[in-house]
Amino acid sequence: MPTGASIVVEGLSKSFGARTVVNGLDFTVRPGVVTGFLGPNGAGKTTTLRMILGLVRPSAGRALFDGAAYRELAEPQQQVGAMLDASSFHPGRTARGHLLVAATAGGFPRERADELLRLVGLAESADRRVGQFSTGMRQRLGLALALLGDPGVLILDEPLNGLDPEGIRWVRSLLRGLAQEGRTVLISSHLLSEVEQVVDDVLILSRGRLVAQGPLSALRTRTQERTIVDSPDRPALATALGEAGLEAREGRHGFVVTGSTPEEVGGIAFRAGVQLCELRAAHADLEESFLALIADEDAAVAPPSTEETQP
Amino acid sequence: MRNVGRAFAAELRKLTTTRLWWVLAIIMVGYLGLVSAGFAAVFALAASGDAATAAQLPGAGASQAAALLPYSFASSTGYVFVLVFTVMTVTQEWRHATLGPTFLQIPRRGTVLAAKLATGAVAGAAGAVLALLASIGAGALVLLSTGGDPRLGDPEVWSYAGRTVLALALWGVIGIGVGTLMRNQIAAIVTVLAFTQFVQPLLRVAGGFWEPAAVVVDYLPGSASDALSGLSIYSVLGGMPGLSWWLGAVVLAIYAVVFAALGAALSWRRDVTN
Repeated sequence: MPTGASIVVEGLSKSFGARTVVNGLDFTVRPGVVTGFLGPNGAGKTTTLRMILGLVRPSAGRALFDGAAYRELAEPQQQVGAMLDASSFHPGRTARGHLLVAATAGGFPRERADELLRLVGLAESADRRVGQFSTGMRQRLGLALALLGDPGVLILDEPLNGLDPEGIRWVRSLLRGLAQEGRTVLISSHLLSEVEQVVDDVLILSRGRLVAQGPLSALRTRTQERTIVDSPDRPALATALGEAGLEAREGRHGFVVTGSTPEEVGGIAFRAGVQLCELRAAHADLEESFLALIADEDAAVAPPSTEETQP
Repeated sequence: MRNVGRAFAAELRKLTTTRLWWVLAIIMVGYLGLVSAGFAAVFALAASGDAATAAQLPGAGASQAAALLPYSFASSTGYVFVLVFTVMTVTQEWRHATLGPTFLQIPRRGTVLAAKLATGAVAGAAGAVLALLASIGAGALVLLSTGGDPRLGDPEVWSYAGRTVLALALWGVIGIGVGTLMRNQIAAIVTVLAFTQFVQPLLRVAGGFWEPAAVVVDYLPGSASDALSGLSIYSVLGGMPGLSWWLGAVVLAIYAVVFAALGAALSWRRDVTN
């Protein structure tokens, strides 16, 4: 069973003309876990992955697989399996044809192509031209191509895009299994919720900069504690919270109090003699802290706007 | 070396796993067969002296070369099919965004280009064999059935065939270079067709009656190709001596090298962003 190399990225930057799309990235992707490369569309994820794979020349920095650049790999398909855009197929070539071209380039036997077609569930469509394939089928074919050489490292650009729920579940368990075998798995996505269940580590990219990296659990604890509280007498509760110096936002189901525990909020209401009808902790919302991370970066870059105050 | 061999095998497989090659092959064989048969029929009429127009036919019955003219379309027209085919084999990598996967499978881009150039030569040679079968086959059939002499035992016919294989192999390599340089499939096909069907014929006809142009005309790729294969309607029409066959080969090879070098320097090392 091949174990994966670490992917080490050092000072990676890319500018197209005056536009800097990737700005000084430093990170390491370790084997044995699934790493999610997250960020909104246009954050520079695809450009970064293409630099790692030697398709785009970095303006500065480098990306290495156990010390070797992608172009220096002796047997690239057996070391690194990659999936780019799901539309990177000649529409007139069959699924089997695509795999045979790759198998020929890698020096693999013909049977390996059929093996992969069965694995990804495309055996029935092996001799259909890819032009007739749905996005989900193209994704499966892309995965088959990435896995053809049984590589220790997998780099997949938006592998869950366009898959049906059953397909998403299948890919998630496949990726988890591959990581458990000791492979390095790096997948990109613009939706945290899409990969939340499968990733161990995250790299969060916003406007070409890394805004967070580390275990997903660390991202979870970054979320501020919040308490949801409601009272039949809302004005009295608002006054009590205000006097205690807490920040409360009124919603449909009461107040959302940030930076405070239910114990503290309950104590304040008790001392003020305000009756409560709800008091609970709001569970940490990962998606929200993800969006906050991206938004922070946006706010830092965006020029101050005066239009926001107008109705 | 092993990687070069694999890259070459992978490129060949790319050509054979889409429909383009046989669609173009059918069109080429049908077209060349018709034109060669048509010319052979006119020649047969000319020889029998039946047709009034036959007397006005350029060089009819005059020279040995003219008698073989029905066969000449294998090289003088066949090369356009080879050129369009090999140009498209490269430009479709950009058109369908398959260059990324190609470079992932073989990350050394020089190796990929070398494999493509070799594939172009093979495709050109294979195209030449089909073109010769169509032209000589259809031409000889008509000549035979009209009581003419197909001259299939003539060494001139066979040296023409052999040199046509070399010429079209070189055209195959030129197509890879042109496709690499131009990248855009539509633009490349339009340019190739405009040059081979309009610009080049115009220049060559002009060269027939304007002395200064004639010098340049000899070095056009189409003229060099005709000089190499040794048979074309221009040599009969204009009676121009042109280049010797081996000089034609050298000129055509220079075109191949120049286009490949320009493509390698200006296109092949670019970022692959789609």
